[in-house]
Amino acid sequence: MSAPLLKVDNLKQYFRINRHFTVKAVDGVSFEIFPGETYGLVGESGSGKSTIGRSVIRLYDPTQGKITFDGLDVSGKMDSEAEKHLRIGMQMIFQDPMACLNPRKKVSDIIAQGMDIHHLYANLKERNEKISEILEQVGLAPEHATRYPHQFSGGQRQRVGIARALIMRPKLIIADECISALDVSIQAQVVNLMKDIQQRTGCAYLFIAHDLSMVKYISDRIGVLHMGHLVETGTKQEIFQNPMHPYTQSLLSAIPHPNPVVEKSRKAMNYDYREYGVDYTLGTEHLVDGTHRVLATDDEFERWKKQAQANAEYGGIQV
Amino acid sequence: MQSRELILSIRGLDISFQTSAGDVHAIRGVDLDLYKGETVAIVGESGSGKSVSMKAVMGILDKNSKVNSGSILFTYQEHGVSKTVDILKMDRRSIRHTINGQHIAMVFQDPMTSLDPTMTVGNQIIEGMLLHEGIRKKDAWERAISLLSVVGIPDPEKRMKNYPHQLSGGMRQRVVIAIALACDPDVLICDEPTTALDVTIQAKILELIKSVQETLKISVIYITHDLGVVAKVADYVNVMYAGNIVERGLINEVFYDPRHPYTWGLLSAMPDLDTNDDRLYAIPGSPPNLMHERQGDAFAPRNIYALNIDDRLMPPMFKITDTHSAATWLLHENAPKVQMPEELRARIERMKKEAGK
Repeated sequence: MSAPLLKVDNLKQYFRINRHFTVKAVDGVSFEIFPGETYGLVGESGSGKSTIGRSVIRLYDPTQGKITFDGLDVSGKMDSEAEKHLRIGMQMIFQDPMACLNPRKKVSDIIAQGMDIHHLYANLKERNEKISEILEQVGLAPEHATRYPHQFSGGQRQRVGIARALIMRPKLIIADECISALDVSIQAQVVNLMKDIQQRTGCAYLFIAHDLSMVKYISDRIGVLHMGHLVETGTKQEIFQNPMHPYTQSLLSAIPHPNPVVEKSRKAMNYDYREYGVDYTLGTEHLVDGTHRVLATDDEFERWKKQAQANAEYGGIQV
Repeated sequence: MQSRELILSIRGLDISFQTSAGDVHAIRGVDLDLYKGETVAIVGESGSGKSVSMKAVMGILDKNSKVNSGSILFTYQEHGVSKTVDILKMDRRSIRHTINGQHIAMVFQDPMTSLDPTMTVGNQIIEGMLLHEGIRKKDAWERAISLLSVVGIPDPEKRMKNYPHQLSGGMRQRVVIAIALACDPDVLICDEPTTALDVTIQAKILELIKSVQETLKISVIYITHDLGVVAKVADYVNVMYAGNIVERGLINEVFYDPRHPYTWGLLSAMPDLDTNDDRLYAIPGSPPNLMHERQGDAFAPRNIYALNIDDRLMPPMFKITDTHSAATWLLHENAPKVQMPEELRARIERMKKEAGK
């Protein structure tokens, strides 16, 4: 296996509210993303998944921890070379396609802004060529370049957001809930587009979402986040076939199935970490098998392992 | 089957909006029936007109709207006498005084914007009771506390004095449901009640609405774009596209035997946890702009099964069973025999097997 493209080691992001109170949004999270793969980060709102994305791309200054991107340390104070490398090599797609596009700029200027800043073209002709090329790649027409964001539908706007990230030829794209605001049929279009782009350009994704079912389609590996702790991580198969942590199980059981007879009688699993008596700060990472890791104390780990085995014999998760 | 009591009957509803850029023909002849104690779901993409048709029922359409034709007949009990009114013929004031809250209540999408940030939760719940029922404030307060425990909020006495910002998203939506239930409505309209919430909380809120419905014996209309939600709650499904209902039927009929290509697309686009295919089916194109009138079937440009006639004539509703019908020319006796996509059929077969287990 090649060297990881992004390595996040014990990342902590605290927000100080006042003298007596500090929000620990992310509390000691470590993970790696390899070139060309998709890492899905799942969790409920307030679990810190967006904060991780924003800390990694340095929209926030991490409180503690080390972030290595493409061999360069991008945590703490960056030198100009590392900064430049980060700003070009890592791009972000935001959640709300209306809010993240400047309504007073034409699509061509929105897309080319990164190139303008970093002087990535020799003349205007090259700039326009690059814009038309990228618009075609995301399924828009070159004529669209002279329009304004409000003239597009939601799905098309998200494509503009993707084009803006893509034009820098990034190695890593952070997609922060980039399909949550879209309709079901359009979600599928955007997810497929992102997969096509990955095959063509070989970029890696950090895909942040709260919905495990969509994450399943795009991710190679998944990390489950709760209360600022990475409670379980592993490949897609490991997480979906053998969820160990009760929180992961509750997330899986909450996905509604489009099967009326089954769904009518099914009750979603209830998970409250206080009820379960789980204290995340006490847990350490336990290796289940392969790359599948779960955050637990020794005692919890044994208990969950037994339960997971029982579930496997029963055939799936008991709900 | 016992006799069902018809509560709400919408016939030929047709609404357009006047904007500076021209008329937007949002609703193009919607029929819908709601019986006592049952749940009807309306499914469709944004802009298909599902919310607008329910706003018409509540009499809260925007100022620039114009009702071209149609009727909304609502039957309710007043002092033990059953009364039927046409909501479209009533003025806003009398709808507000006799229907809204007391007989038809609505739960909106975003609990943060539908609650008043300057009022305590308790005051917001009793507001409707004091206005409509004229009971004493103390009695209303007592009833509000019991309502909060019905919707599953711990420590209801304490929560009554909280402000909305002190509650989490799921708790806020519970408060909104409590407010909707305050005056014992006959019909509860839920407009995407869980879209703004997390998956885990979504499941809890849906289970809550279901249990409340069973205990209070009310009818519920769900508006949603998520077929998973529909599968969990609904008895009847209406699939809407571009202001029309394109397929309607019992939930099992629509899910296990869909006939309209748009329903096929919606079902295929749902992520499936049981398979390992890594591509998701996507309906090509995007929803039509309702400002431009189009001849024929509005779905035809996105439909790979479209026939020639789809460009000229709007398909009527073809009846499949007594309860199931769909508006597509594919069901006409002279149409070529087109089957649903192979992947979808395999998936439905698997779903049936799972259900039979």
